[in-house]
Amino acid sequence: MKIHEYQAKAILRRFGVAVPRGEVCFSPREASEAASRLGASPCVVKAQIHAGGRGKGGGVKLARSVTEVEALARQIIGMTLVTPQTGPAGRRVRRILVEEGLDIAREMYLGVIIDRVQGMPMIIASVEGGMDIEEVARRSPERILRAPIRPGLGFRPFQARKLAYGLGLEGATDLAARLMLALAEAFEKTDATLFEINPMVVTHSGGLFALDAKMDFDDNALFRHPEIRELRDQDEEEPLEVEASSFGLSYIKLHGDVGCMVNGAGLAMATMDMIQLAGGTPANFLDVGGGASTDQVSNALRILLSDPSVKAVLINIFGGIMRCDVVAQGVVDSAFRMGVKVPMVVRLEGTNVEEGRGILLGSGLNFTVADGMQDAARKVVALAKGSA
Amino acid sequence: MSVLVDRNTRLLVQGITGREGSFHTQQCAVYGTKVVAGVTPGKGGTTHEGIVVFNTVAEAVAETGANTSMIFVPPPFAADAIMEAADAEVPLVVCITEGIPTLDMVRVKEFLQRGRTRLIGPNCPGVITPGECKVGIMPGAIHRTGEVGVISRSGTLTYEAVAQLTARGIGQSTCIGIGGDPIIGTSFVDALSLFREDSRTRGIVLIGEIGGSAEEAAAVYARENLRIPVVAYIAGRTAPPGRRMGHAGAIVSGGTGTAAEKGEALRLAGVHVVENPAGIGQAMAEALAGPSR
Repeated sequence: MKIHEYQAKAILRRFGVAVPRGEVCFSPREASEAASRLGASPCVVKAQIHAGGRGKGGGVKLARSVTEVEALARQIIGMTLVTPQTGPAGRRVRRILVEEGLDIAREMYLGVIIDRVQGMPMIIASVEGGMDIEEVARRSPERILRAPIRPGLGFRPFQARKLAYGLGLEGATDLAARLMLALAEAFEKTDATLFEINPMVVTHSGGLFALDAKMDFDDNALFRHPEIRELRDQDEEEPLEVEASSFGLSYIKLHGDVGCMVNGAGLAMATMDMIQLAGGTPANFLDVGGGASTDQVSNALRILLSDPSVKAVLINIFGGIMRCDVVAQGVVDSAFRMGVKVPMVVRLEGTNVEEGRGILLGSGLNFTVADGMQDAARKVVALAKGSA
Repeated sequence: MSVLVDRNTRLLVQGITGREGSFHTQQCAVYGTKVVAGVTPGKGGTTHEGIVVFNTVAEAVAETGANTSMIFVPPPFAADAIMEAADAEVPLVVCITEGIPTLDMVRVKEFLQRGRTRLIGPNCPGVITPGECKVGIMPGAIHRTGEVGVISRSGTLTYEAVAQLTARGIGQSTCIGIGGDPIIGTSFVDALSLFREDSRTRGIVLIGEIGGSAEEAAAVYARENLRIPVVAYIAGRTAPPGRRMGHAGAIVSGGTGTAAEKGEALRLAGVHVVENPAGIGQAMAEALAGPSR
């Protein structure tokens, strides 16, 4: 689960990492009040959306006065911000962060990731702040420093000092080490999967601050972090995805016109791949899960059909534990109820497959029953193109 | 021969009294697996559908000689269940549970380094040696005894591949679902090395997906160590970057972990990479008929 920059900074502050003073604002008036309270010049006005590259899209601006903060807030709140990470449709800005500007002497990168090869979290640091870290890793891997957070032992002071010296922070090693230890503690205590402080800055007066902050948390660990679960901003998510998640369905909206419903994540990805190989484009990823009930199937179908770009649907079920006749009944029931207009191709395999096919063919609905994945993909793509 | 599980497997089930645990334990027993014990803390001394239940894994092992554990414990408690099985020195632990917090798995990996327990999963369908033993939730009937090993990060996609093999008369030595999480007990390389030691296995199907670099490591291993044909399919060519595709581990991040990169690495290592998941069975049939590597 992703959160906003201002929320991430509040978490950092709680663990003892210095961040610029600032307030989140939902209106120009709030922004002007916040700027007066901060009493700082310059102030920075930052659009809060769950996507990077905000500066390039015009979502981060410097203001010299309270009036200017208010004017910028008026301009940014409500704007649709397009960045390399939002896609061409962009994201509507609903809240901004107004914070004090700092006299920056140097910028660096500091992050924490889960290293899948080592099987533990890893602190990543680089002297190249404000840059795309993956780009730095490709171009000059020697400029990336790494140190593991060992399970049980945690991150140790010597590791923090080593990184601080590596970043050329000779004058401020204690401060830097404290910051990194706090960062490691915050990562472990919140069950994070990604922290990015890009940049971390050294000020002319010798302070060390997290100037930007990005955090992602483990969805599977939210049950033990109600305080983080509360930070979820559903305005930042695709409405259909929010609805799907409330039914325990894994749905991701894409940009094509062939809707698909599959049981199992791997098979769902494979089905999307097949649709593309057959010359079509998938409208979504949708995994109904291994043991989906009739209800689950009909919710899934309803959600996927609420996407108006869907021109044809492919249902691909490999029944193991899930019985094909149960799936077929769920599909038929909900198709009747919804009065489905688009053609549907159904491919069933596994337990009770004959009974399942019988239910589909006997329903009087417009189902095309496919024999195998290949056949199913070809048929659904042809139907989506209106040539079948 | 086969790997991991066979006629000598004596299975205990952690979380046997839950709905899933109960159902799949019965399915495994019906397939012919020797289910010798269940473990549910607080229900020791009772029996569940004819199987004796113990309070602890250590007790179950001491009383029944169980040598494999299958775990259905809910996600918040599953990491603890794995550690309990390892502490009782169960040689093989298969964890089916999906949704274990990643940092819990970090601690489990650390814990396992001190013992000799092999963990399969979590978030996996389990392991099956057709005709001998099923430890997991896969439909037994689609399998057939034979000589091809299957290794996969997925569940139903594995069934799809197995069904394609079986339809062509190609049986399986053992099928291993290694799991869809970012941190798992047994990697592709570990599983490949098990099959390398198995005299019966004449070919391997490897089913990967986007995210991480386990397929790239498998490519290096295959090039240097394997003489039998390997057929691979990588799911997620059409997956958008930065999105988690159902499995916690299936995500392209920072431009790495793409299906294209993985496919290329495997191809360069001499693996038969298929772009079309419907072509896995045919590719294996051709590879087995062709000259050996």
